[in-house]
Amino acid sequence: MTATQNPPRTAGTAGAPRPPSRRRRATALAGREKLVLGLMLGIPSLLHIALVWVPALGSVALSFSSWDGIGGFGDIRWVGASNYVDIVTSYPRFWPAVRNNLLWLLFLLVVPTVVGLLLAVLLDRQLRFGRVYQSVLYLPMVLSLALVGFIWQLVYQPEQGLLNNVLGTAATDPVNWLGDPDINLYAVLVAAGWRHTGYIMLLYLAGLKAVDPALKEAAALDGANAWQTFFRVTFPVLKPVNVVVLVVTVIEGLRAFDIVYVINKGRNGLELLSVLVTDNIIGESSRIGWGSALAVVLLVISLGFIVTYLFQVFREEDPA
Amino acid sequence: MIVKPARVVLHAFLVLTCLATLAPLLWALYASLRTYDDTARNGYFSVAEGLTLENFGNAWTQADLPHYYLNTLVVTLPALVLVLLFSSMVAFGVSRFGFRFNIALLMLFTAGNLLPQQVVVTPLYRLYLLTPVPEWLSDSGLLLDSQFGLVLIHVAFQSGFCVFVLSNYMKTIPRELGEAARVDGAGVFRQYWQVILPLCRPALAALATLEFTWIYNDFLWALVLVQTGEKMPITSALQNLKGTFFVDNNLVAAGSLLVALPTLVVFFVLQRQFVGGLTLGSTKG
Repeated sequence: MTATQNPPRTAGTAGAPRPPSRRRRATALAGREKLVLGLMLGIPSLLHIALVWVPALGSVALSFSSWDGIGGFGDIRWVGASNYVDIVTSYPRFWPAVRNNLLWLLFLLVVPTVVGLLLAVLLDRQLRFGRVYQSVLYLPMVLSLALVGFIWQLVYQPEQGLLNNVLGTAATDPVNWLGDPDINLYAVLVAAGWRHTGYIMLLYLAGLKAVDPALKEAAALDGANAWQTFFRVTFPVLKPVNVVVLVVTVIEGLRAFDIVYVINKGRNGLELLSVLVTDNIIGESSRIGWGSALAVVLLVISLGFIVTYLFQVFREEDPA
Repeated sequence: MIVKPARVVLHAFLVLTCLATLAPLLWALYASLRTYDDTARNGYFSVAEGLTLENFGNAWTQADLPHYYLNTLVVTLPALVLVLLFSSMVAFGVSRFGFRFNIALLMLFTAGNLLPQQVVVTPLYRLYLLTPVPEWLSDSGLLLDSQFGLVLIHVAFQSGFCVFVLSNYMKTIPRELGEAARVDGAGVFRQYWQVILPLCRPALAALATLEFTWIYNDFLWALVLVQTGEKMPITSALQNLKGTFFVDNNLVAAGSLLVALPTLVVFFVLQRQFVGGLTLGSTKG
């Protein structure tokens, strides 16, 4: 597939600038045709807006309320910013969750990115069994994060798990990888990184294929060694891929939920913002305003990266 | 030909990395093939007395897996068809006609798909609680706790990604094709259905593969929006297996592998499409 060779932004910008006549042509559609096109665009857009954007904005609105979900919308009491104040000052699970989310982001941004890039560079050549290596390395991606949680529990169990037995600590002094709040986050991060690395490798491999081989040859003729070629020639060309990797990783990091939920419902060291939000719906207490304020914190963080991404992808489009 | 030492080191490194990647899965497979008695006597880290498929049979029946596979199928299949249909319609409109708002619409869809689900889920839960639907679509009478509700949110959420990918793809199709059809008297819908859509087959195949694994793997939407255990899709139902048979790791391992099986099969059979879909969009977490 040729399209896989290019990052998305190049695909949409191949054509010349749009002729102004096209807008006139669209409005020249006959009435019935306009209706058909309107329905084709309208129904899916309505569904998307109603089930994604209306609730997202709803989170913002409800975050300024104190509502236990009982009674109609008329019973909602508006409390201003007090949810935010309380969360920051007196919610014991909030700061640990923020810290864990930040660690999560930092880990995913460093480890899978570096390893994924390294593997992509190693595999971006004519290599016997190259495709076999690739397939194995991105195999974990087809598993859900929930399944990753289940499978890695078998590795991390104190006495019966693979890891303690390999380390020889199983019989004498088993490490409780998932139960010890000082280390369980890192254990889970290894499992999450296990799944994420293959994805990053794939994105970089696609990016590397798009690098013009002539550039590398020219660098080699100029006497550049492999390191110089990579850092001066290849890496700068990968800039759009880096943005995609950054956004994908941040979004993945903020969304992380399934894996900690199947391990211990996101408690005892595995708190994440996503868990705190979800706890307000499926937990015992139904504090809608409170949960929404937590969701808005997530929203604000992710919006920064979403806007960066949109800017990267759409900046060459004609905003007609 | 002389074997270069650098190549040997490279291969050795890659083989080791691959083995490390496969280790957790192979460990699960090994545990699933042993009997409970064997591992109870000798521990999991030991040579098996014998290998058996018994755990797979037990997980299949005791955890009622066929029932949950069916639940997943009932959600995944319609969601997959609808998301591709809806997204291709929007992508067609946005990429083939000049509107004042088409970039804005495209951005709305793309950004919507990048939102963390938790930002959406609380008000969505309330919305589902307030929306009555006919009995034949949902026995709860509401969008909440219905498989129809799950289909809707999958379609709404995933269409963001598919619209983005498909509109990029459609922009590469020469404009003249649509115009020729128009001259021949084809209306908007026929241009879409008979001209553009067949040309998008590779992109649609890639998206279908990818979306299948994503919708199949869903955990959060089902956890929050479905309350009756009987209606849960298979990934969420596995949680019950763990709860009920907590001590029997062999069974949990077998159950996990069975749940992973459909996506593994899709991966091995349609790998090109799967990988193609990911790099086509390069946007998803």
